[in-house]
Amino acid sequence: MSGGIIVTSLATKQAFQAKLKAAKKGHELLKRKCDALKARFRVIMLELLDTKKNMGQQAQEALLFVAKAAYAAGDFHQKVKDSVRRATIRLDMTSENIAGVSLPTLHLRESEDADSNLGQIGIDRGGQTIARCREKFRELLDLLVKIATLQTSFVTLDQVIRVTNRRVNALEYVVIPRFQGVVDYVSQEIEEMEREDYFRLKKVIDMKRKANLADDLARDAKKAAMIKDYEDQQKKQGQEEDGQEENILDEGEDPDIIV
Amino acid sequence: MASKKLIRKGEGSSLISIIGDEDTVTGFLLTGIGERNTKGETNFLIVDSTTPQKTIEETFKRFLKTPNISVILINQHIAEKELRPFINEYDGIIPTILEIPSKDVPYDPKKDTVLQKATKLLYGQESQD
Repeated sequence: MSGGIIVTSLATKQAFQAKLKAAKKGHELLKRKCDALKARFRVIMLELLDTKKNMGQQAQEALLFVAKAAYAAGDFHQKVKDSVRRATIRLDMTSENIAGVSLPTLHLRESEDADSNLGQIGIDRGGQTIARCREKFRELLDLLVKIATLQTSFVTLDQVIRVTNRRVNALEYVVIPRFQGVVDYVSQEIEEMEREDYFRLKKVIDMKRKANLADDLARDAKKAAMIKDYEDQQKKQGQEEDGQEENILDEGEDPDIIV
Repeated sequence: MASKKLIRKGEGSSLISIIGDEDTVTGFLLTGIGERNTKGETNFLIVDSTTPQKTIEETFKRFLKTPNISVILINQHIAEKELRPFINEYDGIIPTILEIPSKDVPYDPKKDTVLQKATKLLYGQESQD
């Protein structure tokens, strides 16, 4: 579109008017999408900030329990590390659709693992403390998964909002003014052309009128001249005739008619 | 509610990984998030005063690249000491990086990268409290 030759015709004007309308509609829709996303974004941000601050407290409490369990169970850390096989806690990801954006949600899924040794750690001693420790950490994990969901949504929305905003601005400050400019330019040119045509027409009519007037005058003049000629001619003839008539009295002979 | 659908193929589930000190990692492993694969690679790393910075870096990068890890938990003091620049320049969505306190170092929201970004966007400046 940039640098193209624009034909100044009604068709072009209509084409660009249609484009302008489409661009305006698109702009409005995108703006609405952006606003919806921004609203959701704010909500998520606030929740994220809040939840994370609370998490700090809960995490420290849970960590105290590890010390307790280690004290109670002995050689605790090594045993736990060694007993790791397959994870019994996994994450499922589903997605929600908000204003056309797919936001991920993470859920904890616990599966039964037959050959997991984790359950057997506290059997000889300290079982209860270990169990409480596990509980605490499980609660903490739930909270952390919630935070993880919020965080992923946050990052996703941030990126999408940036892109959408860019498109809105592009439409608003580049595309729409450009189309508007073309429509205005073509309108002006068409008007100018019409004006030119109008004046041309007027001029021609004027000239024709003048020409007709001149013709009429010329014809009248000619007619008058002809009449004059004729009259002159008549006069002349008349004069000659007149000359003959006047000598009737002067003529010598006046023969009688009766003999 | 809009439609929900699984967006990962395969098993449709992913792991939580953790880089932290012994107490933190043990606590989390108790819940069952730990996994060891046939190659002996695990989704957790215990960091103590002897762990070289390179190991921590490489493990972190490995976790980022592993396709079925969607969360990386890191003790904040370790994040601060070894991994801050990497975390700052990371702008991916999955996996997401969560900073947690350790027994001795409480959670400081001012050091948390993602949180600061959120605060800046919300309040136009970094958090003051």
